[in-house]
Amino acid sequence: MKINPLLIIQTSELTSENWLSSPGVIGTIVLVFIVLFLGVFIFIKRLNLYVDLLEKNTKDLTEKEFEKRLINLDKKEVDEILEQRQRGFKAKLKSADITETSSEYGGFIKKIIDPKNPLFDEKTKSTTTIKISEELKEIIVWYLGAAVFWLVFGTLVGQYVGMKFVWPEMDNSSWLSFGRLRPVHTNTVFWGWASMAMIGLGHYVISRTSNREIFSYKRSKVAFWLMNASVFIGNLFLMGGINNGGGEYREYIWPVTTLFAIGLIVTFFNFYKTVATRKISEIYISNWFILASLIWTIVLTVIGYFPDYQDGLGETVIQGYYMHQGVGMWFMTFTLGLVYYFLPSTLNKPIYSYSLGVLAFWTQMLFYTLIGTHHFVFSPLPWWLQTVAIVFSAGMFIPVFAGSTNFYMTMRGSWSHISKSYVLPFFLVGVVFYFVGSVQGSFQAFRFTNYLWHFTDFNVAHSHMTMYGIITFLMWACMYSILPKITGNEPPQYLVGSHFWLAFIGLIAYMVSLMVGGTLKGLSWIEGNPFIESVILMENYWVWRAVGGSLMFISHIIFGYNFYLMVRKRKEVTLSRKQTLQAESN
Amino acid sequence: MLSLHKDHQNLVLLAFSVFVVLSIGVAIIPAYQMEEYQPIPGQKDLTVSERKGLGIYISEGCVSCHTQQVRSIEMDKTWGERPSLASDYYYSKQRMDIWRQSPSLLGSERTGPDLTNAGNRQPSDQWHLLHLYNPRLVVEASVMPRYSWLFRQIDTSSVRDDDVTLPRGITKMEGGDVLVAKEDALHLVAYLKSLQQFSFEDPPSTDFIPVLPKEESDNGTSSSSKKSIGASLYQNNCAACHQGTGRGVKGAFPPLAGSLIVNDKNPEMLIKIILMGYDARQEYGVMSPFADKLSDEDIKAIADHERSSWGNSVPKVPIETIIRLRDSISKLQ
Repeated sequence: MKINPLLIIQTSELTSENWLSSPGVIGTIVLVFIVLFLGVFIFIKRLNLYVDLLEKNTKDLTEKEFEKRLINLDKKEVDEILEQRQRGFKAKLKSADITETSSEYGGFIKKIIDPKNPLFDEKTKSTTTIKISEELKEIIVWYLGAAVFWLVFGTLVGQYVGMKFVWPEMDNSSWLSFGRLRPVHTNTVFWGWASMAMIGLGHYVISRTSNREIFSYKRSKVAFWLMNASVFIGNLFLMGGINNGGGEYREYIWPVTTLFAIGLIVTFFNFYKTVATRKISEIYISNWFILASLIWTIVLTVIGYFPDYQDGLGETVIQGYYMHQGVGMWFMTFTLGLVYYFLPSTLNKPIYSYSLGVLAFWTQMLFYTLIGTHHFVFSPLPWWLQTVAIVFSAGMFIPVFAGSTNFYMTMRGSWSHISKSYVLPFFLVGVVFYFVGSVQGSFQAFRFTNYLWHFTDFNVAHSHMTMYGIITFLMWACMYSILPKITGNEPPQYLVGSHFWLAFIGLIAYMVSLMVGGTLKGLSWIEGNPFIESVILMENYWVWRAVGGSLMFISHIIFGYNFYLMVRKRKEVTLSRKQTLQAESN
Repeated sequence: MLSLHKDHQNLVLLAFSVFVVLSIGVAIIPAYQMEEYQPIPGQKDLTVSERKGLGIYISEGCVSCHTQQVRSIEMDKTWGERPSLASDYYYSKQRMDIWRQSPSLLGSERTGPDLTNAGNRQPSDQWHLLHLYNPRLVVEASVMPRYSWLFRQIDTSSVRDDDVTLPRGITKMEGGDVLVAKEDALHLVAYLKSLQQFSFEDPPSTDFIPVLPKEESDNGTSSSSKKSIGASLYQNNCAACHQGTGRGVKGAFPPLAGSLIVNDKNPEMLIKIILMGYDARQEYGVMSPFADKLSDEDIKAIADHERSSWGNSVPKVPIETIIRLRDSISKLQ
């Protein structure tokens, strides 16, 4: 008899009412609370700092006296001081060839923050600038620029598609219909946003940890154009109604995917040759993850598109395998590689344990590869394949625990930095979601939780928890940590702060509304209610999803602007370069 | 031995080969095995038109909201008589053309209903066309997109004989305009109607797995649950056309609330229509017979529900009437 082993354990007095006591459901609720707790934690840390600041201000009597004196200054005195200050500033600007300190009234402080501003307090600025070659900088900016574009475009589409649940009559154009736009959203954020961001940051990590330049920047550019062309053409095709057969993330037809695959192959050899000619003997753990994720994804694409075994349900077997490996072997593996470099480098200390990283690497490969079929539990696919998928989904606890422990232990002792840094909250959210999202995914693969949640909107919540909570937050963390260092431009901190909070609150609203709605939907199906009731009950949850989605989208526009601020070239710089050129030619 | 920390070649080769071996075991071999399945004897291949419809089904992305798999669990009973088998997909899951692979029909989300048995549940052409043109005309709470580009608006005078038109009133056409279904719409409807779960003469004993093990002691259903059985049978079989509110759809499907036939003291006409179908009135669509789909108890439950809801209040139908009418109808044929 095929009976869920989970159910056998708990046969005693079970009715459909106590679904809440299922271990998977309890586990998920606990996990959601971990995330909420995290939000509260970061918020309280911030608040604490601010309250401290206020207290200090009120207690500081000398400061009050000073203030009194300032108020009592008469107009003449004030004018005099201001003029002196102005002269001091001007003198400093003029003297590009600083020979002597100009005026003592110039002062040290250029920016004065208002301590009474209740919303934003100043964080430590990233002081170190890192010198890298112009070519490397250019390639990184290219990739990250494309990524930012695809993020804004892809989430605009996502937001539009999400609103269609609330207002299905929004438009009547075939090119904008739900069925066609949904894959545009998913493929754009997959192959456009996350992939471009990963490869761009990958260039930096590979180059730094190998202590040499990237093997060929020309090849990097070839790969860049191939992959972006693939996303662009693929999206046009999708909107025109040409797709590969509807399998998720496999919607681009093979000629379009071939472009992307060639881009991957070029990138792999480019990275591989860089690592092969490294100037240090050890291969840093990040490069294990990055090289492996590239080679695995190449294999995956070939298997996913090779037609010989895909007529009939063979296609479904491959679909489960492909869809899960796309997430696990490409995005998750590559991103972990990036975090193994950027997290320690941001904290300015080594990773907690190298061996744990190695353990996470091999278990990631062994367990993740085998769990694809958990998307088709109770389907006509072979029962043994479903069981393997469920068992190894539970096995995923090992790489996830190994990875999370490593990151937490690396961060331990640096918690106080959170309130002072604008990069660390992104890392912290990403790392917490890595634990929460992955463990929740494993719970969802159990047969009872699958029974309750599969086919409902809960899946959508899960995929945003992982692709957004983990991958996207970690990408942002890496980008904010590295771009100011290599370009020398920092975005204003209140904009980074608004980006963080809008994205985080938006994600929570998105996630919780779909989780609650999805659960109610599953229960309604189990009760045997008419199907349309499950559509009607989702109405409010879809509205809250759209609200969360809007917050997330607004945060992406702010992020896009921050990115622009970080990479724009200062006019002064170009001017001075021209001047030096002129000087040379003269 | 392998010195993976220092030898990049060994590291990449090992990661590559283990992944390939695992992939062959967990994906390629099972995929080849799943190809060996044969069709169920008597199962029909898709016609040319149905296959074209399948193409449209894929290119419009219907699979992102509609599943086509009856899972082996109790809640999926609504969608088919038995859990789906690998052979069920024998004809539909084949490579579409050189550019596009075998369609991914099983789906991963059920925002709309499962379509495994859509053709049996909803055999009316007219309903499908109206539903595609604007789902909210026939299902008020639907969030499905409109597929209005599958129709063209022309003048009544230029309608040809073989054109399939939509009723003018409900689609709010003005002047002499009328909506005509394009070829694609007809193919798509042909495909949707072809979605009928193939039933065996001797059903194999694959049972649905209940949510949680049931307690055996629960015997005898109360009258209140009987009433809800009627309501849910009505939802699943009748509400698509006559609506959950019993008000029908003006210009397409007649109302049951206040209907003379439903409220007749003598229920014979009502039962006959349910058993044999109905096509007596020009202004409404054709109703298909339900004699083969519903048992006598089901029909009683539905008729009782109809006769006691939406302001209707007439006595219940005795089961003997239904048995007698069914017998006399089968004798006629």
